[in-house]
Amino acid sequence: MIDFGFSLSKSSSIKLDEVDLSLYRRLEEVEPGVRICMGCGSCSATCNASKWSGMSVRKVILDLQRGRDMKEMLSCCMLCGKCSMVCPRGINTRHLILSLCRLYESGK
Amino acid sequence: MDNRKILVIGGGVAGLEASKQLLRLGLHPVIVERSERLGGHVAGWYKLFPDMRPASDVVNQLVEGVKGATVYLNTRVAYMNRLKDGFSVMLGNGTGLHCRAVLITTGFRLFEAARKEEYGYGVYDRVITNSDLEAWFGGEADGRIPDNPRTVAFVHCVGSRDLKAGNQQCSKVCCMTAVKQAIEMKEKFPDAEIWCFYMDLRLFGKKYEDFYINAQQQYGVHFVRGRVSEVSEDIAGRVVLKAEDTLTGHPVKLSADLLVLMSGMLCNRDTESLAAMVRAEVDSDGFLRSRDNICNVNESNRPGVFFAGACTGAKTVPETLAEARAAALAVYNYMSGND
Repeated sequence: MIDFGFSLSKSSSIKLDEVDLSLYRRLEEVEPGVRICMGCGSCSATCNASKWSGMSVRKVILDLQRGRDMKEMLSCCMLCGKCSMVCPRGINTRHLILSLCRLYESGK
Repeated sequence: MDNRKILVIGGGVAGLEASKQLLRLGLHPVIVERSERLGGHVAGWYKLFPDMRPASDVVNQLVEGVKGATVYLNTRVAYMNRLKDGFSVMLGNGTGLHCRAVLITTGFRLFEAARKEEYGYGVYDRVITNSDLEAWFGGEADGRIPDNPRTVAFVHCVGSRDLKAGNQQCSKVCCMTAVKQAIEMKEKFPDAEIWCFYMDLRLFGKKYEDFYINAQQQYGVHFVRGRVSEVSEDIAGRVVLKAEDTLTGHPVKLSADLLVLMSGMLCNRDTESLAAMVRAEVDSDGFLRSRDNICNVNESNRPGVFFAGACTGAKTVPETLAEARAAALAVYNYMSGND
């Protein structure tokens, strides 16, 4: 391969046909509430960790639905549970985060 | 001369309900319908939200209610002239009438999906509209719908909220229709993945939000916030959609076996010329202009000319029926000199 002195950046496009949803599907089984998230962002707005670490339950759920690895973001959660208090769809987000952490643990 | 005749232009649900009420008020509605059947768009639909009542059931009930009215099918209004005590009307079939008032219930037409060329309606085999899908649910054959689709995508706001396409209004009912049809498709094809691409989900009506939650919870319908920018066809004949998932900020690509375009509502083409005959006006949104958009939605700026239903803007069936009843009362009050 000829070195032209530059490289191509990886496409940021998500191919929904090829997305690996196995983790999300396992989460759905233990936390069916994850399905009814409407992405309002209440959880992230109230999150104590968000302004320092970028933690967002909304992003965790959405990115899992797009097949992304959210392990790193999860480690920022302090499990205070404020997000569960404000979710208008009544999703037990704190429990959801714990379940997701367990899935990541068991998948090691 | 019969001085109780009211010309009702359009035999859709608005015209039928208004005529029923006019009959009850002792007036004589003359329904002029340009197509060969009564019931308008609703007669071509399968089930109605929020209770999934068969549309045919509703139409039959409404048609039953206009027994006693004069009905002309396959007929257009050729011209109307204002007289001192009403309107002289000539129908396309040569019938002349003298009516005391005119009620315009000409409804809407669907945005022609082919005009959004980037979505490939009429070009690719697997692209249909909301009304095509309703007709198919109702038993009409449609070769574009595959036997066992694995992926079905819905695109909201086709020809609605689209300034460039000439219709910046929200058509109101398409969000709910998409959610309803997504659920119906999932019921028919439980193994299929259903995707809805929306800009906003405007689920304003009674129990609409329940449909949304059910679609997510029970049926696992995927919702992506982002307008589909273009559609192409792959070598296998599937359609490939491109959109931005605006909540993750990433472009997304999806192949689907069927694409359903949620065509919006526009004012009927001939409504403007009909309105011009009685010097009623068209509003800046392309629909007919009410005398007042809060207190006198059923009245035009001209005495004796009334409106009901989607000719003044996109409406649901129950909204249209409520307006039709209100219009009948407005006509009655006008005839009684009460206004």
